[in-house]
Amino acid sequence: MYVYDEFDRAFLAERVAEFRDQVARRLSGALSEDEFKPLRLMNGVYLQLHAYMLRVAIPYGTLSSDQLRRLAYVARTYDRGYGHFTTRQNIQFNWIKLEDLPDAMAALAEVGVHGIQTSGNCIRNVTTDQWAGATPQEFDDPRIWAEILRQYSTLHPEFTYLPRKFKIAITAAPKDRAATKVHDVGLRLHRNEAGELGFEVLVGGGLGRTPFVGKSVRAFLPARHLLSYIEAIMRVYNQYGRRDNIYKARIKILVHEIGAEAFAKAVEAEWEAIRDGALHLSDEIIADIRSRFLYPDFQPRADQPAALATALEDPAFAAWHRNSVHPHKVPGHAIVTVSLKAIGAPPGDATADQMEVVAALADDFGWREIRVGHEQNLCLPNVAQEDLPAIWRRLEAAGLATPNVNHISDIIACPGLDYCALANARAIPVAQEIAKRFADLERSRTIGRLHVNISGCINACGHHHVGHIGILGVEKNGQEFYQITLGGRADEHAQLGTLLGPAVSYEQVPGLIEDVVDTYIELRAGPDELFIDTVARLGVEPFKERVYAAH
Amino acid sequence: MRLIENGKLVEDRFARVPDDEALPEGAPVLIGIERFLRDAEALKDWPAPVGVIWPNNRPIAEIAPYLPQIALIALNFPSFRDGRAYSQARLLRERLGWAGPLRAVGNVLQDQFLLMQRSGFDQIQPVKAADADAFDEAVHRYTVFYQPATDRRPSLLRQRLGRSVSGVAE
Repeated sequence: MYVYDEFDRAFLAERVAEFRDQVARRLSGALSEDEFKPLRLMNGVYLQLHAYMLRVAIPYGTLSSDQLRRLAYVARTYDRGYGHFTTRQNIQFNWIKLEDLPDAMAALAEVGVHGIQTSGNCIRNVTTDQWAGATPQEFDDPRIWAEILRQYSTLHPEFTYLPRKFKIAITAAPKDRAATKVHDVGLRLHRNEAGELGFEVLVGGGLGRTPFVGKSVRAFLPARHLLSYIEAIMRVYNQYGRRDNIYKARIKILVHEIGAEAFAKAVEAEWEAIRDGALHLSDEIIADIRSRFLYPDFQPRADQPAALATALEDPAFAAWHRNSVHPHKVPGHAIVTVSLKAIGAPPGDATADQMEVVAALADDFGWREIRVGHEQNLCLPNVAQEDLPAIWRRLEAAGLATPNVNHISDIIACPGLDYCALANARAIPVAQEIAKRFADLERSRTIGRLHVNISGCINACGHHHVGHIGILGVEKNGQEFYQITLGGRADEHAQLGTLLGPAVSYEQVPGLIEDVVDTYIELRAGPDELFIDTVARLGVEPFKERVYAAH
Repeated sequence: MRLIENGKLVEDRFARVPDDEALPEGAPVLIGIERFLRDAEALKDWPAPVGVIWPNNRPIAEIAPYLPQIALIALNFPSFRDGRAYSQARLLRERLGWAGPLRAVGNVLQDQFLLMQRSGFDQIQPVKAADADAFDEAVHRYTVFYQPATDRRPSLLRQRLGRSVSGVAE
């Protein structure tokens, strides 16, 4: 956990006071809605289809049990008893009243939680691997670097009115769980041949209506230069990014229009001028930030303890264990994914009661720590293997132990037309219906790893371009239609999906997905070939032939 | 329009003169970029101070050769949502060594005063009179600053270490 100190707490209190004043000036008419809008957005306040929505940051996906309980409190007191976890390590409350917002924010600020820079044309909440600090795969804890960036970017005087929003993601493991290649800036932390820590810097990735995979502009940036290099990127973008058209204002368009090489050249020139200035990260500064992360005092334990072996004889526990439990860097421990994808429920939603169950589990078994991943699930990153049966029983009782992590029913979906003012089509009910079709565990297990991502409009909040199966809702003559893409992925081999064929109606989607999956089962080289690999091997054509012949 | 300089309401000595009007003799003037670039050579001998409004879509580095003859630089915010002039201001202060007056003009509102001040503006010309009155409060809302910028406020990265190092300018 990162521990906020008196500076962070003072800042948050000042921010809440400022927003209270801004709300008052809006209500008095001193601020027009046009003037107020960016101010509220930069505090995470949206005006949605039915009400104001508050988006709260979960920096680098890390929450304490007290913070999660406070989120539950806000859900219960100011919302309708639930919250929605997003694809960018945020939680959204969809039914908060404008006049209640400062109080809700003050309640969150007491435990160091806020909505600052979860929206607006600024540097957004920096995201990373939800297994950070726990996985044996990583070169360093990426949260150290995410925290350095969080501090640097908070109310940055120069970069608060950028051409458009700006999203940074960091991975410190070769296996990318943070979708870094589809971010404005993606940072891959690794060590060079000399053993020094540094970043590969990717720029210009992103989804939305013009999707791109990020381009590498620097293979190795020594870690101490992180802030000066980011500042150079931001300064080039702030000056030269397009502002004439909101749909062409993201950095990906600038990089695409002038070319990655020319962009990198401009950044390097700017960086040369500032690299040894005030942003230089000395060892002391890095050590200071690092010291503010407290790690569990792990006791050595035996792997596969007897209690676990006995519990695994229960097929229900074994099924959950197979999907939800992942290797930990410390022997005898495990990382647990908590599925927020119960069959038939909106993906990523958690009730206040469920949040409290997870918080209590973190208290009892997980060093009071919870993570949130971009797949819209929660995670207990540090638990002892012998406690897994007890954890499972309590998750199961709360409807949080669906054994579908990474399966076809573990769907990423945006709020869609049920909530969002931008959406053209529903996303949640599509996800619910697909999940129901594949509710049978045996069938789901036979299919194996398969990511379905659904967006209710071209803005792509459901990341449909990088779903193994991507579903995009569009509107045609007042009707909801859906385009299907295959073969997208958001990991270290990130690529955009290929369009399968003509869009189909709302009613046809679940059946079509079943046909796609049946085709995969028929065509795969063997039970070990994942869906994504079959699509890579054969292309979409054989799928297209089968699926459209059937419809 | 009110003008705030280093936190105090001051009288604007500079007359803003449109491109198609003759320059008044003997008085400080603030002029547009086109006239300035066209007449730059002649303006060197102008008997009164000349300021220029530099547009936010022209690279600020191009102003370098003219700095010795400029008495005031005004940077424009066509909309408060257009933040290009923040970068221009920092580059003027930190890269080009501009120590003279730097004024924020255009759609200048109180919720951006602090950002302007931190980016190196010492003169601010707000659109709304009430915003000018709120200046002091607006720039003192915060006691905590996470990152170094052009101003002399200590940044948190270093403050936490018990040291106080101010911005890049030093």
